[in-house]
Amino acid sequence: MSENLTRAFKLAALLALAAFPFYGTDFYTEVVAKILILAIFAMSLDLLVGFTGLVSFGHAAYFGLAAYMAVLLSPPDFTPASLWTLMPLAMLAAGLAAFVIGLFVLRTKGIYFIMVTLAFAQMAYFIFHDTKLGGGSDGIYLDVRPTAAIGGYTPFDLYDTVHLYFFVLVLMVLVYLFLSRLLRSPFGRVLVGIRSNEHRMQSLGYATFWYKLAAFTIAGTLAGLAGFLYAVLFGFVTPEYLSWHKSGQVLLMVILGGMGNLAGAIAGAFVFVGLQETFTDLTKHWQLLMGGVIVLVVLFMPGGLAALPGRILNRLRKEGRNG
Amino acid sequence: MAEPVLEATGLTRHFGGLAANLDVHLSLETGVLHALLGPNGAGKSTCINMLSGDLPPTRGTIRYRGRDITRLTAHQRSRVGIGRSYQRTNIFAQFTALENCRLAAQSRNQRPWRIFTDALRFTDTLERARAALVEAGLGARENVIAGTLSHGEQRQLEIAMVLATDAQVLLLDEPLAGMGSDESAQMVDLLKRLKQSRAILLVEHDMDAVFAVADRITVMVNGVVLESGPPEQIRASREVQEAYLGENAEEEGAHV
Repeated sequence: MSENLTRAFKLAALLALAAFPFYGTDFYTEVVAKILILAIFAMSLDLLVGFTGLVSFGHAAYFGLAAYMAVLLSPPDFTPASLWTLMPLAMLAAGLAAFVIGLFVLRTKGIYFIMVTLAFAQMAYFIFHDTKLGGGSDGIYLDVRPTAAIGGYTPFDLYDTVHLYFFVLVLMVLVYLFLSRLLRSPFGRVLVGIRSNEHRMQSLGYATFWYKLAAFTIAGTLAGLAGFLYAVLFGFVTPEYLSWHKSGQVLLMVILGGMGNLAGAIAGAFVFVGLQETFTDLTKHWQLLMGGVIVLVVLFMPGGLAALPGRILNRLRKEGRNG
Repeated sequence: MAEPVLEATGLTRHFGGLAANLDVHLSLETGVLHALLGPNGAGKSTCINMLSGDLPPTRGTIRYRGRDITRLTAHQRSRVGIGRSYQRTNIFAQFTALENCRLAAQSRNQRPWRIFTDALRFTDTLERARAALVEAGLGARENVIAGTLSHGEQRQLEIAMVLATDAQVLLLDEPLAGMGSDESAQMVDLLKRLKQSRAILLVEHDMDAVFAVADRITVMVNGVVLESGPPEQIRASREVQEAYLGENAEEEGAHV
């Protein structure tokens, strides 16, 4: 698809998202805010899976850890924490965890990498599930949302659904722009080279381990941003945020959207939650239907949603020529 | 004689009980194309893998301009100035020929912190990549996806990538493998040009090509160096003839 058309399409989508809260109800505004948060989560994973070739099956660990940090680092006495310290701290915690875990897991490759990332995530899950640290298996409440006040000035109020929505939307766009930039930089080019042929990158003089560790840390930090926002939006955190279901779901969003495409990851988050909402209305066996959709996408839509517009355009062109 | 750029002494590699390389001595000098010959299983690949850092030696020392580099990893050796090409084409098939070389050139000045600058804005890297493509004879093919280049062009690209890293020592593993006669002749010309300013180790099966370009030849058999010297000496060597031709003669004898 031509670059201009793609850009126009993205801009239209962004405008629609910006207009949404003025037409939708608070309920749906929250649903879309949730999707936007998951889109950040999916883009962070796509940096690893789609661009660096690292299939992490434990990405929820960093999401969940930051969500817990949002609660545990808030003052216990119902006074709101400052957004401008709490959010960076939660992200820092997730990034630090990713850095330390990355030091170990990045020594493995392929199927072993998948298993070890899963194993570390499960360890993190059981730390919160089996200890009283974060309320055990019941989870823990975030009593008050953080405040955006800087000195005496409060630019927006996270208790206002529309304000919260726009805060999330702006962050999602920033993450998208940040990752797009990153991927065009010398650093990003190396990541894509590693996905294509890591051995050759080494023989060309790249210490690929450190590049992968940096990517793993950035991805963990951004997953942390998503986890923090998720905790703020829903006001409570449970160990399920770190579970392998969550890791699997975000992986499915990336696959649905088309690996190695940031806009695809966003689309994947929308389609995944959309299908989830539709199917849960239909039947309690919604996961069966979801599984079917995943199988169909993988079989008949290589490249996922991201590849769809190009395929449709090609088809139209062909028919135009034949007809 | 010139000072060796790369020098291996007593290079030995055991795989279990098998000595794939035993006490190999090899030295490379700028302006000299040194060919490594030997029948299949002689240990040529093991030797080149140890020199490039893909395989750690069991014993022995490798020096680059006098500095011990035996313990350096593959990427560290590339940074020092040793570049290698692979027997089986080892390129980034989905990228353009230019991006293949650009990545190679970028490795000399990686700038990992410049995460907000488009990699294509660093013109020093781009120029180096283009120069390498031109030197390898691919100047007109920079925007072609590497995987769609012809086999011979892919072999040229393989070498262009090594050139883009500004390597002073080229370890070339069978660059002529699978090439037609025209392509081979071109590659031989390229090798002649390249050796003027670099030290080259050439592992090759094609005898005619080897004798056409090599200044020194080392013949390996069963992991040990059988003979090393100028081409005339190798051509005249009885032991080499026995190792190469004798084997065939015996086989032919067995068939009779």
